[in-house]
Amino acid sequence: MSENVARRGFLVGGAALLAAGCTSNEPAAAPTSSAPAPTAAAGGNDQPGDRVVIGFSAPAADHGWIAAIAKNAETAAKQYSDVEFKPVEPTNDINQQISAVESLIAAKVNALVILPNDGQQLNQVALQATAAGIPVVNLDRVFPNKLAYRTWIGGDNYGMGVAAGHYIGEQLKSKNVSNPVIVEIQGIATLPLTQERSQGFADALKEYGFSVTAKQDAAFTVETGNEVATSLLQAHSKIDAMWNHDDDQGVGVLAAIKEANRSEFIMVGGAGSANAMREIQSGTSVLQATVTYSPTMASSAIKLARLIAQGKGMSDLLEKQVPQSITLASETITKDNVADYMSLGFES
Amino acid sequence: MSEPTKSQAPVGEGRAGPLGATVPALRGLGEMRHVGLIGALAILVVVGLVTRPDNFATASNLISILSLAATIGVITVGATFVIIGGGIDLSVGAVMALASVWATTLATQSYGPVVMAICAVIVGTGAGLVTGWLIAYGRLVPFIATLAMLVAARGLAQRMSDRKTQLIQPENSALVDLSTTRVLGIPLLVYIFALVVVLGWVLLNRTTFGRRTYAVGGNPEAARLAGIDVRRHTMLLYALSGLCCGIAAIIIMARTTTGSSTHGDLYELDAIAAVIIGGTLLTGGRGTIIGSILGLLIFTLITNLFILNGLNTSDQLIAKGLIIVIAVLLQRRNLKERAP
Repeated sequence: MSENVARRGFLVGGAALLAAGCTSNEPAAAPTSSAPAPTAAAGGNDQPGDRVVIGFSAPAADHGWIAAIAKNAETAAKQYSDVEFKPVEPTNDINQQISAVESLIAAKVNALVILPNDGQQLNQVALQATAAGIPVVNLDRVFPNKLAYRTWIGGDNYGMGVAAGHYIGEQLKSKNVSNPVIVEIQGIATLPLTQERSQGFADALKEYGFSVTAKQDAAFTVETGNEVATSLLQAHSKIDAMWNHDDDQGVGVLAAIKEANRSEFIMVGGAGSANAMREIQSGTSVLQATVTYSPTMASSAIKLARLIAQGKGMSDLLEKQVPQSITLASETITKDNVADYMSLGFES
Repeated sequence: MSEPTKSQAPVGEGRAGPLGATVPALRGLGEMRHVGLIGALAILVVVGLVTRPDNFATASNLISILSLAATIGVITVGATFVIIGGGIDLSVGAVMALASVWATTLATQSYGPVVMAICAVIVGTGAGLVTGWLIAYGRLVPFIATLAMLVAARGLAQRMSDRKTQLIQPENSALVDLSTTRVLGIPLLVYIFALVVVLGWVLLNRTTFGRRTYAVGGNPEAARLAGIDVRRHTMLLYALSGLCCGIAAIIIMARTTTGSSTHGDLYELDAIAAVIIGGTLLTGGRGTIIGSILGLLIFTLITNLFILNGLNTSDQLIAKGLIIVIAVLLQRRNLKERAP
């Protein structure tokens, strides 16, 4: 069985390499302006060290957030003269991603950063990489087997819901609203991450004695956000607060709210796109806050992979080695602090 | 479609199409079918009135249903023509996405909203012409040619947009006004939808082009013998479908304030389902625009009812699947009863 997989992997991997060679690396003539790169923290760890090759594999960008992940990883790698960045063609096909990672293992990179399409299904190939002596930095979607990776870094979906719930809870409490109508627009409902976000949201609201009145799922796209919001606004003639899980689909949600000419409620977004931040900054939008699930984690993952490959630790910590797991906090961006976050926002 | 009388019927000129002999019966059947569809709509309306008496029958909810239906509605008109003409167009959603992306690149946006709208229409029609040409003159099977266009147009849209959501710039907000400006309380885009339906109906029922569409779909060989340029007509049908996708792109841009390669995902299935529920035969030669639009409204109403009642999307899909099966079963029974 494994022999079979390896043989097929060899064939497909070769093809993937060829395809990558033909199609990638074209300078992206981006029609929208891109966010400035997050600046590297100054410190001894940023001084050039041993030269390392870092392989990178992520799903294909069909979404602003994933696009930002790939861009951030590349930008972070380019800041270092001692890093050779080796991305493989992004794909949404599990099979192809397995082959792509196998090709990076065969190329004997010094470290791997992998955002798997599905942690469960790429667990095996991550184990192979680890067995081949290549440290794997697991980005966001976690591999179930801890032997499969050296370090995990990712966002906190539950915490994101909690942050949104606290913001809405506090706002409504301060206005003395009783029995508020709180609606929630989810992303793809079947994903565990969506369920965690909703759970966190419900748990935080419970602290204030509130609960979600209605929730509906969209599919992380502008169009589905627009469709769901249009009908949801019809279903509830008066709303007190709305949490939309995702700023990409939020563009469609905001368009629906404008079309319906509604402004009686507060809206909170999710992820932290540049567009959402501009809305928050304007002060005239129903969108008053967004809770981050920042794609800057890809920049950090590259930095961690570099440190691991060079055998360094994180300079602010006492330990000699990089920690095994890093969960990012979901930060709440409001009008008061939006200026600080503007440079980290991603274009959806 | 194996009615022996067909090939003997005079084709081409005047009202006597290949279906000339059966037109009265067909018309009756068409009305019968519409009664069924209107009955189904009425049932859904009653469900809405009972479950959400205060939210359902409001003017604003009806308008939002029509706005929701507008995008796929326009596409459905084009799809009806293609399917009556004996073809199928799987590329509609992707072509609409491509048109929306092309029309919202910063380069296009610098020319203003009118050029953006024209650009969307040209891109849609152009893509339709290409698939139509491949099918009519390149002898590709419609399923394959439009599948190829689906994949390629989606890819081109992703490449052009760099997979980003392209916002309509503030100076071009006139395009967004199509969605927010209301005349007699109804958004402009609903008027566009209505206009496309009316024009489509006239084109199909009151012009030579329409009669030829039925002829080509019903029996291409007979149509050819009757002097219809079947290839040219087939190509034009796909161009018409592309044109509708371009118009749909304008509507989706107005509604979402964006152009994106993710727009129109799986629209082809919704459009084809609406056409089938509306009583158009997938084998071609028969069908009505009104039926397709009623079919689409049934779908949109289901979505609306599910969201109003806070039910989840999975159940919605099951309901839609059941409706497709029931609709087709009923049509088959109708056809059998009609058979001599």
